[in-house]
Amino acid sequence: MRFTVLIRPKAGILDPQGDAVQASLAHLGFAVTTARVGRLVDLEIAATDEVAARGEVERMCAELLANPLIESFEIVTGPT
Amino acid sequence: MSEQRPRIAVVTFPGSNDDGDARIALEHLGAEAASVWHATTELDSDIGAVVLPGGFSYGDYLRCGALARSAPVMDAVRAFAADGGPVLGICNGFQILCEAGLLPGVLRPNRQLEFLCADVTVVVESTGTPFTSGLARGDELVIPVKHGEGNWIVDDALYVDLVERGQIVLRYAEDVNGSRERVAGVANDDGNVLGLMPHPEHAVDPLLGPTGGTPLLEGLIGAARERLAGYSLPPR
Repeated sequence: MRFTVLIRPKAGILDPQGDAVQASLAHLGFAVTTARVGRLVDLEIAATDEVAARGEVERMCAELLANPLIESFEIVTGPT
Repeated sequence: MSEQRPRIAVVTFPGSNDDGDARIALEHLGAEAASVWHATTELDSDIGAVVLPGGFSYGDYLRCGALARSAPVMDAVRAFAADGGPVLGICNGFQILCEAGLLPGVLRPNRQLEFLCADVTVVVESTGTPFTSGLARGDELVIPVKHGEGNWIVDDALYVDLVERGQIVLRYAEDVNGSRERVAGVANDDGNVLGLMPHPEHAVDPLLGPTGGTPLLEGLIGAARERLAGYSLPPR
């Protein structure tokens, strides 16, 4: 089963990388007022039970992929 | 009359950390090093060569070198390179030149997924650049490397093309980071822009270790001197 996880800096959390990207895009002439940079993780999981697998992915996010203090995560595509 | 000390610009980006050593090495070898800030939009007309030093420009945000490529000074560096001016990119400078499209390929994380810090032997592959014109093909230079992302890659067709055109300038004697065919340094088609992962600026004084960087920087200084000799300079 395949899952894709999007990890973002939480609203209000300082994102220096996003700010630097925004400044560079603005310098290139793009009218970008905000950029936030996160991560995308594609996962392939050996499982047959979709609900259980999704639960596993949520635990992966909470324990390793995202830091809940500063990042939110979203499981954007379900099993295919 | 003593030989003129050509002025060579060393660009400092936010996060550069080898700019100081680059200036010291250039001065040690007979050049005048000029510090240039990344927000500068023009290079002085008496600049004979440009060095993009190592470090972690813009914190390596997005990708190594990706944000530095659009720094204000890079338009001037592009124009200088297009005019045939010698440009040397060391480590992060190499990554910046690749992201800026001035050199082919891209630098990915080392295959062993570890930061690499060691003296390595590189072999001269091409002498068709000003940086290596004083060397012979097969010459070995010992120069330190220190990088996490020095694994240079290009696609097959481009690689073959680069070999044929003599743009592969330096190879590691032994694989150190997974770089394609052990490539350590690559030039542009005209040979006036060179990027390499090893740090020649750290290898110019026998007191501090190997001196394999000396001939490469002497090549750069020679090219700067030659370029400036071809211009009648306005008074500074």
